[in-house]
Amino acid sequence: MNTFKLGLLRGRMEVKVFMRGRESVVFTLLFPVILLFIFGSVFKDTIAPGVTFSQYFVAGMIASGLVNTGFQQLAITIPMEREFGTLKRLRGRPISVAAYFIGKAYLVTILMILQTILLLVVGATFFGLELPNQSSKWLTFTWLILLGSTCSTILGIAFSVVPKSGRGASAIVSPIVIILQFFSGVFFVFSQLPIWMQHFAALFPLKWLTQGMRSVFLPDSFATQEVAKNWELGRAAIILVIWLAVGLIISIKTFKWSKE
Amino acid sequence: MSMSTSKDIAIEIKGLVKNYGDKQAVAGIDLTVSKGEIFALLGPNGAGKTTTVEILEGFRNLSAGEVKVLGFDPATKGEAGRKWRNQIGIVLQSTIDAADLSVQETVKHFSHYYEKARDVDEVIDEVGLREKAKDHVRNLSGGQRRRLDVALGIIGSPELLFLDEPTTGFDPEARRAFWELINKLRSEGTTIFLTTHYLDEAEALADRVGVITNGKIIEIATPATLGDRANAPARITWFENNKVNEIESKNPTSEVQKLISRFNGEVPQLQVIRPNLEDIYLRMIGENR
Repeated sequence: MNTFKLGLLRGRMEVKVFMRGRESVVFTLLFPVILLFIFGSVFKDTIAPGVTFSQYFVAGMIASGLVNTGFQQLAITIPMEREFGTLKRLRGRPISVAAYFIGKAYLVTILMILQTILLLVVGATFFGLELPNQSSKWLTFTWLILLGSTCSTILGIAFSVVPKSGRGASAIVSPIVIILQFFSGVFFVFSQLPIWMQHFAALFPLKWLTQGMRSVFLPDSFATQEVAKNWELGRAAIILVIWLAVGLIISIKTFKWSKE
Repeated sequence: MSMSTSKDIAIEIKGLVKNYGDKQAVAGIDLTVSKGEIFALLGPNGAGKTTTVEILEGFRNLSAGEVKVLGFDPATKGEAGRKWRNQIGIVLQSTIDAADLSVQETVKHFSHYYEKARDVDEVIDEVGLREKAKDHVRNLSGGQRRRLDVALGIIGSPELLFLDEPTTGFDPEARRAFWELINKLRSEGTTIFLTTHYLDEAEALADRVGVITNGKIIEIATPATLGDRANAPARITWFENNKVNEIESKNPTSEVQKLISRFNGEVPQLQVIRPNLEDIYLRMIGENR
């Protein structure tokens, strides 16, 4: 079987295993929806006439979902797979490392699709979320999801060599993600954050994913409220591609099958 | 014998050395294993057993020497390496991986990796997990998980199977069943490279055993002749003067004859004990510390 087919086969198996794990379903797949419930129930205000806070928050939640299901999940589970010998067992098989990567990307993409649908449905049903009605916005939405989840997957694989043990991985990875979420305007309006925080966040993909998602869910007139007075979609794409390329090189150079 | 020409050789090792920094884990090993043979590598922890096996499996690079496994350098990467892996089965020492996947789903999944995979249910039957086929791996006992590892080792109908301490944690019955399985694989022509701590296992299964200490193989022989076992003194014990008496002798038959004539017939609680493989092994290891 060729590498791509094997990768999809692995991906389908990974989705099956994921869906059977109660913890992973609740804390990875449903967590953003839970957060939407909490924030949506607390902040009932509108941030402009006809635009609810949920509208702003869903954009941030979808963007950070990309980081949660990809980067965070993989940077935590791969060290565990390394520690448990899952990866070593795989290495003795006629299967390439690329098939393993493809399987992970498949898992992240499926989870991202499910999570996004859940966020949109829950947002629209309970919190007055208005879905975009221009096809150009859906196009932006689609490439952001695809590029974002690929980038996030690759960075998760690249970062998976950093935690020294499977058990310690979550303690290293989770704070990084939470800090990035705060700095990138997921929980707060980005333009109201301190300038140094904005500059710092601009180095990482999450800020650009969040901003891109705002361009999808907020009215076009809101572009002027961005720091750059513009959605900067072109720059977002470039930065995501750079991170993707860097992550890919690091993954290929440093990926380890076992702890030694 | 030249390295690449013989078709009857499964594993050929020449002058194998592996260094970790200043420490020499493998200090020059030469070994040839024929196709269809069951070879057991014995040695204490830290002797270089696992390092040697992992070099043969392609998991580690060697520092010096030459290794051919099924006529192929195990360190080869890419497509050629994967072709080679199609003919190799590996059962690792311990995987504590506990997925929410059933035994059958796991074996089925791994079967897709191989060009000539065996029938999934047949393999599950063979390792004795039929009743557990629908159970999730997470819920298996240690011994059952080990048997699943073996199932995953043989699903690709390997020509050569590596078994690293395969029966650790088995109850006696499961070990016997496992030995039967190995003998069945042997009868089908599978070459098996085994490491084990159980000397009775090596004796029951192996055609030849090699003893490794401090990174060197100190002897390779059949289980019956290892450490000059055939000529080693036997222990003779009997009951006399309210205690068990014991002598060691290279000629136990004549000693027994003397006892018979002294007792004029039945010798109470007479035993003639030949050294078992474990006694020989422990003596060899002790001498080489």
